[in-house]
Amino acid sequence: MELLLQLVINGLVVGCIYSLVALGFVIIYKSSGILNFAQGEFLLFGAYVFLAIVSQANVPTVPALLLTFAFATFLGLALERVVLRPLIGEPIISVIMVTLGLSSILRAIVQGIWGTDTRPVPSVFSLEPIQLGPLPVARGYLYSAASVAVLLVALTLFFKYSRPGIAMRATAASQQVALSMGISVRHIFALSWSIAAVVSAAGGILLATMRGGVDGSLAILGLKVLPVVIVGGLDSVGGAILGGLLVGVLENLAGGYLDPVFGGGVKEVAPFVALVLILMIRPYGLFGKVRIERV
Amino acid sequence: MLSGEFHTTYAGDMGIFETRRARRLLAVFIVAVFAVPFVATSYWLDVANRAAIAVIAATGLNILTGFTGQISLGNAAFLAVGAYTTAFLANHGVPFIVAGPASGAVAALAGMVFGIPSLRLKGLYLAMATLAAHFIVEFTISHWEQVTGGVAGISIPSPELFGYAFTDDRRLFFLTVPTCVALLYFARNLFRTRVGKAFIAIRDQDISAEVMGVQVFRYKLLSFAVSSFYIGVAGSLLAYQARIITPENFPLSVAIDFLGMIIIGGLGSVLGSILGAIFLTLLPEVLRLATSALAGSFPQLVQLFSPLKVGVFGLTIVLFLVFEPDGLADLWRRIRNWFRLYPFSY
Repeated sequence: MELLLQLVINGLVVGCIYSLVALGFVIIYKSSGILNFAQGEFLLFGAYVFLAIVSQANVPTVPALLLTFAFATFLGLALERVVLRPLIGEPIISVIMVTLGLSSILRAIVQGIWGTDTRPVPSVFSLEPIQLGPLPVARGYLYSAASVAVLLVALTLFFKYSRPGIAMRATAASQQVALSMGISVRHIFALSWSIAAVVSAAGGILLATMRGGVDGSLAILGLKVLPVVIVGGLDSVGGAILGGLLVGVLENLAGGYLDPVFGGGVKEVAPFVALVLILMIRPYGLFGKVRIERV
Repeated sequence: MLSGEFHTTYAGDMGIFETRRARRLLAVFIVAVFAVPFVATSYWLDVANRAAIAVIAATGLNILTGFTGQISLGNAAFLAVGAYTTAFLANHGVPFIVAGPASGAVAALAGMVFGIPSLRLKGLYLAMATLAAHFIVEFTISHWEQVTGGVAGISIPSPELFGYAFTDDRRLFFLTVPTCVALLYFARNLFRTRVGKAFIAIRDQDISAEVMGVQVFRYKLLSFAVSSFYIGVAGSLLAYQARIITPENFPLSVAIDFLGMIIIGGLGSVLGSILGAIFLTLLPEVLRLATSALAGSFPQLVQLFSPLKVGVFGLTIVLFLVFEPDGLADLWRRIRNWFRLYPFSY
């Protein structure tokens, strides 16, 4: 029982991080129908830029955070303008490949500038765990849980009530109709890429602080989170968050109970097994919009 | 003097080779290719063998992704299935002539299993399902130690054919390249048949294909099977060439490389798979030559080589997608047409 509880709590806190990263995917997918395979590299970039601003330019934490977000906005805008916009209307394989190509380029830039060694990140918050009932929980997890909660509320309100948010949903529903209603589809795409880049940068900084350092392996999270977005449904903000928690718990339970049987590695593969099963039963995820099209 | 084509029969129009001249040129080209092992160094023969293997795999992937329109991120897994089948069979004394096709068949079976989600899934979601296949196969091969040797890897004896042992890259060349040529010929021919045309119909409009009497699911599975067969045979040759294989030989980046090859070469074109595979195999070699030539004046370049390789790969893909979305095959066609009608280009 003790083990079960510990595994579930661990799963939930890790799940919060997954949710945060998954939100970056969902924001882009929701407005433009593109799955950004370079999401992991967005995390990496955010973390490294923050590190460079804090440790090399000696800027205090809060302005450094704002500067990083400004940089992420710029990165998102630039990528959308230079790389993604020419591909509007191209087949889906091209769009997948272009984001995969982008991820290679970003990884190369990061490696070229900062090398492959792990770099220590100055802690933004204290790393002392907090006693939550009987269990110690790392502070970073709580911060990420808090930021996920804030983002969930903010994004839900944004998509529901704000003008750009409604315009984004309209664009997702039908680009042609949105255009004819006077919505600039290009601006919407640019907006969603920059929001996603900022959310990812925040996630990257949180993760780097929790690990105490940053290196290339941070980008792997971009792939690990794919089952999360699929389980939740690619176009659902709530689904991404719930999916994150579900996958976090599943992964920890599988790891805790099955790893001794198989000798390790189950934790990594379990989300993908679940992914295949869910896709067979519910092809659009648990909360995704159903587009019925039988062939 | 070259000029345009003029066919007077349907058979001529449907032919694999457009003109008799094209056939002769190809024959000359193939003879020239087989002269390579007598002049090239063993290093470049290794590159040539890897290129031939890549051509087979890229052609297989192009059958699935370029011709049938089903996106697969799981091809590194099918490559691994082929390679490990060969490793298992070869270590039990099965000769190449059986092990090679058997590896293809086992990979085809794996491909069909992971192709089942394509019954209901399209586009991105299918890409995700095949990505999951990659991780599941990777988990299996690193944990099924009795057969695969686990993370420590497994060694493979040299292949033998009619008493001739293919012990080094020079000899292996005579195994990889003929296999490659035969499979290419089969692929080119496939798209003149009912099956190949059904694949193309599914890619262009799956619902119309169904209406016209193509059994979509059956042909999708068949496409997964044919494609994985090619990739499995490529895996088999890869195992023979590498001699020792570990799960680290088959990371996700291999699958991305193959996708890059067909994007750069041209989706839905056999010629494109050849050009793309050779291009992406040679790219790191050219980069390596360039960096070692410039290392004297820019010593820091040597450390930057590995990020440079990754970055140039990504940049090539992005540039091709933005500026030349139909790939090298289309570029080649335009150049050829320009010369064909030169100097009167109208």
